[in-house]
Amino acid sequence: MTSLYEEVSVTPVDVPVRRVTITVNGERRAADVEPRLLLAHLLRQGFGLTGTHTGCDTTNCGACTVLFDGRPVKSCTMLAVQADGHDVQTVEGLASASELHPIQEGFKEEHGLQCGYCTPGMMMAAKALLEENPDPSEDEIRWALSGNLCRCTGYQNIVKAVLWAADKLRASAG
Amino acid sequence: MIPAAFDYVRAGSAAEAIQLIGQYGDEAKFLAGGHSLVPAMKLRLAQPTVLVDIGRVSDLSYIRDGGDHIAIGALTRHMDVEKSPVLAEHVPLLAHAAGHVGDPQVRHRGTIGGSLAHADPASDLPATTLALGATYVAEGPNGTREIAAADFYQGYFTSALAPDEMLTEIRVPKMGGAGWSFQKFNRRAQDWAIVGVAAWQRGSECGVGLVNMASTPVLASSVAAAIAGGASAAEAAEAAASEADPQADLNASVEYRVHLAKVLTRRALEAAGG
Repeated sequence: MTSLYEEVSVTPVDVPVRRVTITVNGERRAADVEPRLLLAHLLRQGFGLTGTHTGCDTTNCGACTVLFDGRPVKSCTMLAVQADGHDVQTVEGLASASELHPIQEGFKEEHGLQCGYCTPGMMMAAKALLEENPDPSEDEIRWALSGNLCRCTGYQNIVKAVLWAADKLRASAG
Repeated sequence: MIPAAFDYVRAGSAAEAIQLIGQYGDEAKFLAGGHSLVPAMKLRLAQPTVLVDIGRVSDLSYIRDGGDHIAIGALTRHMDVEKSPVLAEHVPLLAHAAGHVGDPQVRHRGTIGGSLAHADPASDLPATTLALGATYVAEGPNGTREIAAADFYQGYFTSALAPDEMLTEIRVPKMGGAGWSFQKFNRRAQDWAIVGVAAWQRGSECGVGLVNMASTPVLASSVAAAIAGGASAAEAAEAAASEADPQADLNASVEYRVHLAKVLTRRALEAAGG
């Protein structure tokens, strides 16, 4: 196990601790956590998966979006103990060893990012959309991404990036 | 932001949850989807010492046809209310309003029972279920009881639930083909309503609920009385704020909220009754 929580004790001795086991990007991971530990913090500091960003920390910006049993959720608004026994996909799970995921390619090809802070959350929300709706309209993309804020792009190229990815995914599926 | 420390227990059933909440007392809270409670705990507006996690009580997630009403399990998530074909057919106003709670991520986690029990007057579903004349079912150590939505909301974040009672089901009368409209006025798609209006109308009968117009969701009875008396949508909407007691905040003054309530009620009635 690679949990930082087992290598470095950050938990005071007098607080309750729970063992959680979570499948993260297909791999079973375990950690001993305080009940108050947020899923975003377990992913970043416990499992070292710093692609999941914490932006606003108030359930607004969506930078911390991960897929929880396939559904997009804001990992700053979930306790790690709530994720015990469940499946979590983070942005690190998008690319294969040799190539980018079409959603990542789309953001690259269509310049769907500037600073990149919101991008992991945008891509995970887009992944959930495209799995449910492989051929979304521009309006459907904007609605699906309405829980994700970007302060750089004005969203135009993000929408184009998702359309690009949808085209590529449909072409490769067909 | 990190919540204050608390202990955490998991309930496998409603009965176990009620037993646990009784065991831990007033400082314990139920945790459903956590999308009202966890943000409040991160801001330390709420500091329960124990969370009783009811999120895994899977038999409280359902949408069933109950004859004259639709019964919705308290742990049904907003996204499942939004996408329900049963609700689309029989209570389309509720399905539509659920599709405007928060944003997609929030709707995938938040539950209808959690939202109602949290009793935030700025939330969409308390006013919507109030307008629809819903009945809530609460389970406690002495059995279950029904609470009319009109009797449920007592003040900011305060409901008729006893500390050891749990909201288990929401029963919403079928709309029987009534016209309806949900008007949510906000600045970004994911925001709370600055003011919202949920309305249905069938001939001279209507129900109008107001979001964020008092310390509780508001049933605009004067509007319904005006419609019953033959008033037009525009005439009836003038009475929209009669039962309201709005507060000013960063987004709106009292006067602006009253104005919005009238305009949105007129639009809602024109859409519902038109």
